[in-house]
Amino acid sequence: MNVLLDHLPEFRDGFLGTLAITGASALLALVLGVLIASFRVSPIPPLRAFGTAWVTLLRNTPLTLLFLVAVFVVPQVLVPGASPFVLATLALGFYTSAFVCEAVRSGINTVPLGQAEAARSIGMTFSQTLRLIVLPQATRTVLSPLSSIFIAMTKNSAIAGAFSVGEMFGVAKLLSDEGYAIAWIFLWVALAYLVITFSISGLFRLLERRLGVGR
Amino acid sequence: MSGASVLYDVPGPRAKVRNRVYMVFGSVALLALLAFIVLRLDAKGQFDAAKWDIFNYAGVRTSIRDGVLATLQVFAIAAVLSLVLGVVLAVARLSDHKPVRWVATGFIEFFRAVPLLITVYALWVIILSNREDLGFSGNQAQFWALVLGLTVYNGSVQAEVLRAGVNSVPKGQSEAAYALGMSKTQVMSTVLIPQAVRAMLPTIISQLVVTLKDTSLGYIILYEELLYNARSISTNIIVDGDDTYVPVLIVTGTIYVAMCLALSALANWIERRGRRTKTGIGVSAAAEPVTATDALEVGDAVPTAPGQKEN
Repeated sequence: MNVLLDHLPEFRDGFLGTLAITGASALLALVLGVLIASFRVSPIPPLRAFGTAWVTLLRNTPLTLLFLVAVFVVPQVLVPGASPFVLATLALGFYTSAFVCEAVRSGINTVPLGQAEAARSIGMTFSQTLRLIVLPQATRTVLSPLSSIFIAMTKNSAIAGAFSVGEMFGVAKLLSDEGYAIAWIFLWVALAYLVITFSISGLFRLLERRLGVGR
Repeated sequence: MSGASVLYDVPGPRAKVRNRVYMVFGSVALLALLAFIVLRLDAKGQFDAAKWDIFNYAGVRTSIRDGVLATLQVFAIAAVLSLVLGVVLAVARLSDHKPVRWVATGFIEFFRAVPLLITVYALWVIILSNREDLGFSGNQAQFWALVLGLTVYNGSVQAEVLRAGVNSVPKGQSEAAYALGMSKTQVMSTVLIPQAVRAMLPTIISQLVVTLKDTSLGYIILYEELLYNARSISTNIIVDGDDTYVPVLIVTGTIYVAMCLALSALANWIERRGRRTKTGIGVSAAAEPVTATDALEVGDAVPTAPGQKEN
């Protein structure tokens, strides 16, 4: 019980750290996911193959392995001086992008073919069809799995704490090493993750109500 | 109309030429990206034969083999225990008695909301501080922390999967069973659970793939499974003054991808076989259910009867 009151600054910093890495990875995952999804539905075979390879590889690799690659291989190969936060964001963002891609692709595929055929038959261009017909209907199907993906990503960000990123698992490890009872630390950290998780699902429910298109 | 999709129509002559141009550009761009990565790795000497020669050492091979065996051991026990716990929790959550329902729901929601790593870490700390009382030695504390953590988390997810499966069994089944005078336990054990398991088998197996991937968390609590052994190899073996991270991580990654793809192939095969049946309830999609690493809501994975269209 005392562990929370005595170490409020550490808990707060850990909470903000989790929020930071979740936000950054979410952005990266969204951008990459939509890009790879567009590769997977394109009429060009090499891009389709690349998209499929990307998703298959990243979905079947443990996230811890990706963190190891990001923290130890990427500095050697690409950018030498990147901070642990950036590397962790890269790992988490790339991993989650595979799931975002699948969700977006399944959303696009649930739009009935007749919609696009009708749009083309009245003379809409590709971008008009996309903007006015396909994407609004696809968004409705995409938002619900997307919220589960981002909740999962928030929980996966705990692994970043093991790779010297300042977030809540790191705080839990620090306080446990200092000798506090793990049960209380566990409870407070769990509560913090619950707060973030409920906020994300609440946000997505709001988005669904605003953006969702009834059929 | 083959070739048409929701985004673009069947390509006409001009579109075909344009697509061919894009195909050339796309292939060149992808090859350039691949070449860039390979050349950068080569420039740092990661493709030297000496580095990849380490896989000929008996010690390295034994270490990798022991790692795979340890991973599979954790996976097997955690899989069995999580399925048992999943059945127990699902039945508890569907119980008619409110306190039982509340305890089960609370347990499931709590352990699905907490990150798996934190659960495993907390269990490890608790087991470590009691290791003399429990009589554990060597690796056993980490092993049981990992197994129990995986069991509790995946048990909760499997419970949700099974609950969705039980709710997807047509109501007539249980009504007929009750009309025959069966007790609730008999209905659950002889009518509902078998059909639920059969219907949700692809999703259950997909969650087992997630369990397999999550055994890699043992690295963080210092359990000597595949990833931990790979890391010790790459840190301890220095070739020409350089560490051997890249070859070892590539090989380890390949092993993990192979194991997970094998299990997913099983799930896909079961799904395809199930879709061919003409009677009984349909089979769910072979996708992973909601939470930690997955994309499909459990509700979306619920099967429909064969011959019924999804609306």
